[in-house]
Amino acid sequence: MSEMKYHNNFLREVEERVEEGHMVKMCMQCGVCSGSCPFGPHWAHPPQELFMMIRAGKREEVLSSDSMWMCTSCYQCIVRCPRKLPITHIMHGLAYLAKREGKVPKGQPTAQFGQMFWDNLTKTGRVNELKLSLSLYFKDGFGQGIKNAMAMQSVGLGLMKAGRLNPLEILGGHSIKDKSGFQAMLKKAREIEDTRRKLA
Amino acid sequence: MANKTYSFYPGCSSQGKASSSNYLTSTNSMCQKLGITLNEVPDWNCCGASIGYGGGGELPRVVLSARNLALSEQHNAGQDMVATCAACWLASREAKERLDHSPEMKADANVALKEAGLEYKGQAQARHMVEVLLEDIGMEALQSGVKKPLKGIKFAGYVGCQTNRPFGIVGESFENPMYLDNMIEAMGAEAVSNYDQKVTCCGGALAFSEPEKSQKQIKDIIESAYDHGADMIVTPCPLCQANVEIYQGEVNKRYGTKFNIPVTYYSQLITVAYGGTAAEAALGGHLVAPAKLADIANK
Repeated sequence: MSEMKYHNNFLREVEERVEEGHMVKMCMQCGVCSGSCPFGPHWAHPPQELFMMIRAGKREEVLSSDSMWMCTSCYQCIVRCPRKLPITHIMHGLAYLAKREGKVPKGQPTAQFGQMFWDNLTKTGRVNELKLSLSLYFKDGFGQGIKNAMAMQSVGLGLMKAGRLNPLEILGGHSIKDKSGFQAMLKKAREIEDTRRKLA
Repeated sequence: MANKTYSFYPGCSSQGKASSSNYLTSTNSMCQKLGITLNEVPDWNCCGASIGYGGGGELPRVVLSARNLALSEQHNAGQDMVATCAACWLASREAKERLDHSPEMKADANVALKEAGLEYKGQAQARHMVEVLLEDIGMEALQSGVKKPLKGIKFAGYVGCQTNRPFGIVGESFENPMYLDNMIEAMGAEAVSNYDQKVTCCGGALAFSEPEKSQKQIKDIIESAYDHGADMIVTPCPLCQANVEIYQGEVNKRYGTKFNIPVTYYSQLITVAYGGTAAEAALGGHLVAPAKLADIANK
């Protein structure tokens, strides 16, 4: 990237450190992504605006925004983008960089849930749906957790009755066999990515 | 019928007593009736879904799928790896695309995989069960095996997002895919012909973290099914199925609606139309019972 001397620093940083970040500069500001997004009304800065802000060097505003955490991964923006920007992936990448740089707004629910999901799956190699639900309900403390769990009681009981939720999962549940190899693999992958993206 | 063999990646949600265990039961029944043999990928792991980005970043997420594909290559050599879950398929195919197009990423992934004694070579294809049905068996052959046409049931074919975008099914449009409607008709049922919410997002993982915003999506999906006279909704995606079925009570509380509509899988339709029992189609695995489908299965 060094030959691009007129690129601003933040655009250059995004190109180097964000998943598919090299495509940000290709945005032509048409706004089809923003109009296609199911959570469009809830974004403070819709995708094309984030791209413009990156090009304007607004590092703090972009990384501390909760906008990219509104992505539901529906891929509508990707298939409609006339310039074929992988917008969904860029949103994921920006969100992850924000997390690693400690810029995520406090209590951002999808950032919290995303981390819970990752921690849950990496523990045994497979998702434990019961523990995942409970960690979400109890994220704001025990009292709130009981309230949340009570509010969702009918859903939980319905699923149990339908054979789609197992209370015994709390004791361990599904797991892969080669947990140690699996975890070593993920540790190594993270090391490599952290070095390449200067995230460490 | 066909006698075809595939490597099979069932995914977390379809495990015993997990949220889409009825998808797995009905898939097994459907495949048995269609002459499809599924060899489970030994020791498969979670694909990371989409929401895995928040904690995992890119390479750790890609190696999750690389491990599954490597296990599939090694143990089920020469077989396509087939997933039933939209997220499992998407993650596997996305990872495969990146690994096969970027020598650097492939090399990095293999350094990580070596820690688990594995190597990704890129030999196995990542496919969805719907592709197997449409491309390897074909709609005509699928229709020809129907024993009990699903007469008198009107379905809203809810394709959702990730079975449809960004890869989708070859020959289908992203905006108005027709294969699910065609499949409904092939099973002898009636499809809602102008189901405007067929590719609307249900909120995905954000149904958990942003319930209010997601339930607006779910409301739109169900409302349109009712307004078009559907008896049931049918979908190929386990998260669509769960979100649209289990939050109906919450949506009713929030919006004053009286939703109570069954949400089924294509594998349940095919199993019943092929003469399977209610148990084979896992029709007991619902919060809203698909009574009309059970009536045909019990006949």
